[in-house]
Amino acid sequence: MTDDIIGRYENVSKFYGSMAVVKNLNLDIRRGEFLSLLGPSGSGKTTTLMMLAGLQSPSSGHIFLNGRPIETTPPHRRNIGVVFQNYALFPHMTIAENLAYPLKARRMARADIAQRVQRGLEMVKLQPLAQRRPTELSGGQQQRVALARALVFEPSIVLLDEPLGALDRQLRETMQLELKQLHRETGVTMVYVTHDQAEAMTMSDRVAVFNDGKLLQCAPPPEIYDRPTSAFVAEFVGESNRLSGAVAAVDEGGCTVTTDAGIAIRTRPQPGLQRGQAVFVYLRPERILVGGAAAACENRHEAPIADAIFLGDHTRLRIELPGNRDFTIKQNFFGETRPPDLGDRIVFGWTAEAPQVVPV
Amino acid sequence: MNQFVKLWVIVGLAFLALPLLVIVPLSFTSGHYMVYTPEMLALEPDAYSARWYSEVLHDRDWMLALRNSLIIGLSAAALSTVLGTLAALGLSRSGTPGRNVWTALILLPQIVPIVVTAGGIYSAFSDLNLIGTYAGVIIAHTVLAAPVAVITIRASLERFDWNLLAASSTLGAGPLLTFWKVTLPLIRPAIVAGAIFAFATSLDEVVVIQFIGSYDQKTVPIQMLIGLREHLSPAILAVASMLVCFALSILVLSELMRRRSEIYARKTTKT
Repeated sequence: MTDDIIGRYENVSKFYGSMAVVKNLNLDIRRGEFLSLLGPSGSGKTTTLMMLAGLQSPSSGHIFLNGRPIETTPPHRRNIGVVFQNYALFPHMTIAENLAYPLKARRMARADIAQRVQRGLEMVKLQPLAQRRPTELSGGQQQRVALARALVFEPSIVLLDEPLGALDRQLRETMQLELKQLHRETGVTMVYVTHDQAEAMTMSDRVAVFNDGKLLQCAPPPEIYDRPTSAFVAEFVGESNRLSGAVAAVDEGGCTVTTDAGIAIRTRPQPGLQRGQAVFVYLRPERILVGGAAAACENRHEAPIADAIFLGDHTRLRIELPGNRDFTIKQNFFGETRPPDLGDRIVFGWTAEAPQVVPV
Repeated sequence: MNQFVKLWVIVGLAFLALPLLVIVPLSFTSGHYMVYTPEMLALEPDAYSARWYSEVLHDRDWMLALRNSLIIGLSAAALSTVLGTLAALGLSRSGTPGRNVWTALILLPQIVPIVVTAGGIYSAFSDLNLIGTYAGVIIAHTVLAAPVAVITIRASLERFDWNLLAASSTLGAGPLLTFWKVTLPLIRPAIVAGAIFAFATSLDEVVVIQFIGSYDQKTVPIQMLIGLREHLSPAILAVASMLVCFALSILVLSELMRRRSEIYARKTTKT
C-alpha cells in the first residue's frame, strides 16, 4: 500500500441476516481527497461509511486505515471524525463544550483545548454563539458546529453522512461551497455520502457510484459523466438519451453500433466491446449539435421537431427518433440562430467522441 | 350535562381524598382515642395538640422503625436505581437479543401476587441465612423496587437519541466516558424519578418484610400494623399524616423531574 492511500476496503461485504447490504467492496481512499459515495437510498453507501467509522462491522473482508487493519479497533480509537445526518450535537452542552468534548476525551491540556476550540469556532464563523446551546441555533448553524466538532481534533479522515440533507436548497448550496472551502483549507481527507448527484459532482475529487450494495464505478466527476461504464451510472448521473442495439463492427478507428431501429452509430474506440454484443448507446442531450455545427459530424440525421420548450438558458427539443421517441437535444439558441418551430425539420448530429457504449 | 360531569368528578375526587382529610386533623387530637370529640368539633383550642407527634418522636419503637425504613428504603432505592438504569439501557437498545423475555423477567416481581413472591424469597433466603438480616430485607426490596425504576427510566429512553452515543464514540470517548458525560446527564431526571419511586415502593412494602424480617428490621408500616393491633393510639394517625406529607412531596418532586426530562427530550429530538 502506498503512502497516498489513507484508507482501503478489501473484499468487504456486510450482511443483515441473509440480506447483503454491501457486496464485495474494493475501494481506496486517497490522502487529502474529497471522495463522494453516491447512490440511491439502500445502495449501501451509508453502511460503507459507518464501517470505516467503526459503528458497524463488516461481515467479511478487511478495512485498512493508514496501512493497518482496523476491524478490532473500537470507534473511539480510530481518530475518524463523523458528521451525522441529524448532527448529533450534545443538547446538554454549549457549542464551545461540544467542540471541547473530543479534546477533553483526548486529555489535552486546558489551555490547548481553549485555543483549539477558539480556532474551530473561527473556522466556521460561530464565535459569537460559543455559549449558546444547540437547540438555540438554526439548522445551518448546527451543521457548522457538527463540522467544526468533527474537524477540531484533527482526525485522519472526516466522514459526512448526507450532512446537508435537512437544509433547504439555498442554504445547501451555500454550505456546499463552505464545505469545499474547508476541505481546501484543512487538507483533510473527506468522504461524503449523498444521493444527490449534482452535489457529488460539484464537490468531489472522485465520485464512487453505488447501487444495490455494489460499487459500480469510482472516478473523477468528468469521467463519471462522460465515460460511465454501466447503464446504471449513465442513467443515474445527469440526463441521457438511450438507444439499444448491438455492436456491428470493431476496428482500430472505433466501433459501429447498429441500433434496434437500424440506425448506425459510429463511436471512438471503446475497450471491451465485441462484435455482436448487445449494448446501450448513451448520448448526452447537450452534446448533440444542431444545424451548421452538425455538418462535420460522423453521425448526422434529419428529423422534424416534436416539441420545443424554451427554458431560458437553453431550449429543449424533442425528436421522435426511431427507437427512442423522447430523444432530447439541449441547445442554446442565441443571436441569429432562431429557435425552430414545431414541425420544422432540423439537421442534428454528434461526433464519434459523444456516444458512450455500455454493455446491457 | 357538563355541570353534571363536573359534579361527579368532584364527588369522586372527594371520595379519594376524604380519608386523608379526616385523619390529618384527628392526628392533632389531645385525647386518647381515634375519634372526633365534641370539643374538637367545636374547635376548642384545648382539644388540639401536637402531643402524639412528640410521642412518636420520643418513642423507641417508632424511632427504630423510622430508622429502619430510611436505611432499608435508601439502600434498596440506590441498588434498584443502579441496576434499573443498567437494565433500562440494555433493554432499550435495539441490538439486545431477547429483549421481551428479559423485560418480562424483570417486571415479574411486580406482576406475581406479592405473597407468592414473598414465599419464594423466604424459602430461598432461609438457605442463604438471610432471614432476619438487613441485607436480606434490602435485597428483597430491591427485587420489588427495581421494576419500578426500570419502567420509569425506560420511558425516558424511548425518545433518547442513540446517535449521540455513536457521535461520542467517534469523537474519541470510550464507553465509560460516554456514559458519564452524555448518557447520564441526559437521563438524570428520569433516574432521580426512578429512585424516588423505588424508595416509595420499599417504604410501602409490608408483606415480604413480614416473611423475612425480624423485630430488628421492622419498618414504619410494620410498626403501624403492630400499633393497630395492640393499642389504637392516635400516634398512628400522627405517623400516617407524616406519611401523607411525604407522599405528597414525592408526587411533587416526581412531577418536577418528569417535566425536566420532557424538556430534555424535546431538546434532543429537535433537529
